[in-house]
Amino acid sequence: MKKYILDLKVKINTQINHQYFLLILGSGSKLPKMLPGQFAEVRIDGSKDTFLRRPISIHFVDYPKNELWLLVQIVGKGTKQLSTYKQGDILNLILPLGNTFTIPENRHEKLLLAGGGVGIAPLLFLGSHLFEKGYKCDFLLGARSKNDLLQINEFQKYGTVFTTTEDGSDGEKGFVTHHSILQNENFDKIYTCGPTPMMKAVAEYAEGKSIYCELSLENTMACGIGACLCCVTGTTEGNLCVCTEGPVFNSTKLKW
Amino acid sequence: MVNLKVKIGQLQLKNPVMTASGTFGYGTEYSDFIDISRIGAIIVKGTTLREREGNPYPRLAETPMGMLNAVGLQNKGVDYFINHIYPNVKNIDTNIIVNVSGSAVDDYVKTAEKLNELEKIPAIELNISCPNVKEGGMAFGTSYRGASEVTKAVRKVYKKDLIVKLSPNVTDVTEIARTVEAEGADSISLINTLLGMAIDAEKRKPVLSTITGGLSGPAVKPVALRMVWQTAKAVKIPIIGLGGIMNAKDAIEFFLAGACAIQVGTANFIDPTVTGKIIDGVEEYLKRHKFDSITDIIGALDA
Repeated sequence: MKKYILDLKVKINTQINHQYFLLILGSGSKLPKMLPGQFAEVRIDGSKDTFLRRPISIHFVDYPKNELWLLVQIVGKGTKQLSTYKQGDILNLILPLGNTFTIPENRHEKLLLAGGGVGIAPLLFLGSHLFEKGYKCDFLLGARSKNDLLQINEFQKYGTVFTTTEDGSDGEKGFVTHHSILQNENFDKIYTCGPTPMMKAVAEYAEGKSIYCELSLENTMACGIGACLCCVTGTTEGNLCVCTEGPVFNSTKLKW
Repeated sequence: MVNLKVKIGQLQLKNPVMTASGTFGYGTEYSDFIDISRIGAIIVKGTTLREREGNPYPRLAETPMGMLNAVGLQNKGVDYFINHIYPNVKNIDTNIIVNVSGSAVDDYVKTAEKLNELEKIPAIELNISCPNVKEGGMAFGTSYRGASEVTKAVRKVYKKDLIVKLSPNVTDVTEIARTVEAEGADSISLINTLLGMAIDAEKRKPVLSTITGGLSGPAVKPVALRMVWQTAKAVKIPIIGLGGIMNAKDAIEFFLAGACAIQVGTANFIDPTVTGKIIDGVEEYLKRHKFDSITDIIGALDA
């Protein structure tokens, strides 16, 4: 897919809570085609400490409105600076980058999209994409507590949403892999994104039941286009760039 | 019209802007963003005799105005380059230069011999300065004897333009520069990355898997500029300057310090189109100051 460097304007920056914010970026012209799982490299201007771009998952694309949504967690100085962007500010992005989740051929397969924390970000775009193509999917979203469960209303537009919280304030108490749906349902495919221990647990569950499982990694990156070789992950095919060979990998391919 | 052409040893460049090895892939990674044939030369990533897996993740640490890397020369080896990459890059209408690294003199020699046969590769850049491999690499570039031995051996088998890339991690860079000049290098490029380190205080652990790594970006520019200036006075062969060049103004500073050409490295990660902007900016500078040619400002520092 052709990659672009775009200046997009901040339409809305919503602070969801102290940790997360949603950036809705607008374009005066038609946005290029992007696919679920892909990401953008965002340049952070105005921070003396932030030198490199930040890779951020594509959370949702509203093509009719020419809107790109980014769901961001404040983890360091770069994302902290990004959280201060206001309506009308310009953000420079390189996109779309990376590979995509695999869309199943059979529309009747039972699909689970399991996410934790900010890892739910690419799953909304995947869910909306699957929904538009006539697939049915379930979402299993986990967080520390109710306040950290993000964008639930958006997810509900595209499928049934199940939740877990570590403190039991919403849905079932515990981690996503403890949810009863995993015991009660037989899924054909699982797509997951979230903290590494969560993805490992999901992958282990899937592999134990011989379920095809794809997960999305978020290694630190410099270039985002396969030039610097900084973001590699160990796989059965050797060290591969997460930015070009990923971020989406079949769970059985990873050595972790 | 100002003249941007320069001659570096036996190498003719349409302009003095090159890309630094390891920051521009094989060039084609950038072709969605920029007409890569505009660039004076593309130095493709470090190539070794045999395939190298490189170092484990994490390989990157952001630093104030720069970054540390510990890639460790991940590449599929020279034969893979010849059979699978060369066919795709040989028709790019600019100079494609291969950066050559190794862990023994014989590795450098065998790799250089193979590359000598490739019609569309007019030069190699001998990397005797990589800080991220255990043996070899920087070990050659930080001793008078090592630099001498590897340059001499490669010079015997490599008939085209030979660039030797020097390490800044030395007491006196001019001593190494004179050595490689005496052993037949056509030009010298400097600086490779500065050996550095990053620590995660919360976890009380090093950030990089290899603990130490190579620092690049604007943070190293003053050091690079000083070393280019010192080296340009010490040798007669042309100098290719690099280290933290982010824009045309930075590039001009290197020309004034004595560099005949420059390489753009880390800046490509932040702006994939930066090389084009630097070419345009250098031209604009020459026009504004009424110079006819880039050669008018090389070493023209009024000091």
